[in-house]
Amino acid sequence: MAILKVKNLSKNFGKVKAVQDVTFEATEGKVLSLLGPSGCGKTTTLRCIAGFENPERGDIYLDNRKITPFPPEKRGIGMVFQNYALWPHMTVYGNLAFGLQIRKVSKSEITKKIKKVLGMVQLEGYENRFPRQMSGGQQQRIAMARALVFEPEIMLLDEPLSNLDAQLREEMRFEFTELQRKLGITAIYVTHDQAEALVISDKIVILDQGRIVQSGSPKEIYSNPKNKFVAGFIAVTSFISGSVDSLIENKKKVVVKTNDGLAIHGFNNSFDIGQKVSVAMRMNVIKFIQDENESDRNKTNIFKGKIIQSSYLGNIIDYKIKVGNWEVRTNSDAKFNFKVGEEVTFYLSPEDIIVTRED
Amino acid sequence: MQKSVFRKTIEIIIFMVFIFFLFAPLLGMGIWSVALRWYWPNTFPQEIGFDYWLQALGITKSLTLGAVNVLPAFWLSLGIAIIVVIITMAIAIPAGYSLAKLKIPALLKGLILILFLLPRAFPQQPVFINLMLMFNKIGLTGTVLGVIFVHIVVGLVFAVWITASTFSSIPPELEEAARSVGATRLKAFFKVTLPISTPGLIASSVFVFLTSMDEFTGTFFIGIPFVTTLPMTLYSASGSNIQFASVIAILLLIPSILFMIVIQKFLKAEHLGGIGG
Repeated sequence: MAILKVKNLSKNFGKVKAVQDVTFEATEGKVLSLLGPSGCGKTTTLRCIAGFENPERGDIYLDNRKITPFPPEKRGIGMVFQNYALWPHMTVYGNLAFGLQIRKVSKSEITKKIKKVLGMVQLEGYENRFPRQMSGGQQQRIAMARALVFEPEIMLLDEPLSNLDAQLREEMRFEFTELQRKLGITAIYVTHDQAEALVISDKIVILDQGRIVQSGSPKEIYSNPKNKFVAGFIAVTSFISGSVDSLIENKKKVVVKTNDGLAIHGFNNSFDIGQKVSVAMRMNVIKFIQDENESDRNKTNIFKGKIIQSSYLGNIIDYKIKVGNWEVRTNSDAKFNFKVGEEVTFYLSPEDIIVTRED
Repeated sequence: MQKSVFRKTIEIIIFMVFIFFLFAPLLGMGIWSVALRWYWPNTFPQEIGFDYWLQALGITKSLTLGAVNVLPAFWLSLGIAIIVVIITMAIAIPAGYSLAKLKIPALLKGLILILFLLPRAFPQQPVFINLMLMFNKIGLTGTVLGVIFVHIVVGLVFAVWITASTFSSIPPELEEAARSVGATRLKAFFKVTLPISTPGLIASSVFVFLTSMDEFTGTFFIGIPFVTTLPMTLYSASGSNIQFASVIAILLLIPSILFMIVIQKFLKAEHLGGIGG
């Protein structure tokens, strides 16, 4: 088990700056996720760690040992590929034994280790199957087993669950977490799926256009996205842009004014007056008010809007509401059954909304 | 209903025409090879027998014009073809691998592929006549070595293109996975890439083999008069003795058909291999 450090890593492909000055540290026995949209440089970063790409600048350290000059086979890093990359001409046994045979492990020891690792991924007795004889989920487990069987110090995973269907993917998240905790292996996990990153990670590094935008624990990132990009990536569906008009309640809160006259109260994230900000809202923050008296009680953050779209999803209804010049989306309890074109009144609690940097 | 009957009729006619053009020459050859006496206006030979076969295979001797023992030519062709396959593939596998897997600039890659294609891009006769003039200077004309060299030049075109496309159809992750578990580049190639690409490489060798077995133009200019391969005997026999020509043509067909069966088998294996994921 090991600590992995990436320092000032940069990688270009021709004129494309795939990774720019990326620095992070993966703690021993924890899962670090590299999260971002496609083309953000997360896979390139992972491939630099694995040794498949040579970075232009920067260094990678494994337990303070500089591994950047080593070829992949000398790094002792296990890797799980997005398409599993199981060798089609070998059985499960052959796939798992390959790394051990290279390490000159005795035959009886190999058989024992394979048995153990297949037990870990819950595929006991699959030694003689060929990859094509197994389902996607099973192939995924074998790919995981292959990366673990030679007991590497660190494990890299490149979107390992993205080829599975939604239900299996959610199951596998928990299985992966359980396995990783049990083994206490350090893992670097690349994904574009924020839900996956939140579930499995101890630390998330968010990348955009080759640069780190924010890093922190899942909770920090979820509750306090640094800017509009991060917020948009972590389940925020609606934004209202404006600028800070005033600071209130001992500078703990801000009042955001939009160009069409809305005033929204939210918590301050050390903003200055006049700074351009975005009010970020997740799907479930809008509270509809049907009783007019209730609206009198809360004088601030009460808005009127018009339903412009409604999608029935069984237990909930997904609405799109036009407020001023903005469109916001919300999930609501099916008991509020509004029609398209209907006027609605709703309340935004300052606790639920996030005021974040516009850039 | 009527339309489908009409359509079926057309299909049957096309099929029959196809079969006719495909098999009529073969059938003609078969009949000619056993025809001892066959004069107009008879539909079938008046006298049949395996005399020409026996003569061609060197079992009986005859003084008929063009009636030579073709077995030495057959073994020579076979030997040349096998050597050509070995040398060509020894060049084509690393060349194809480099073109498919290494980070070569696209322009250079195109240039290399065109270089291999070049000998086939021009009319064959002038190319071989020039080659003959060059070989004359270094004493390679009229030698088996010279003929082998010509066959390699011709075969490399197919071999490099097919191996390059075979290697590039293998997902790079398969080799990367091998390296991540500790295999060197060389080990990853021999244990992962090579076994997976076997069907394509076999198909490629078969094409090279058949090209060498059938190669005429180059052998004619470079090998004459000392190197007599099967197509050369066929050429000299076809002018004088149609029965002999038929026997040789059938002998030439045998390896082709055998190898077509091999190709079929391996191309299917590749299809079932489930390469990728």
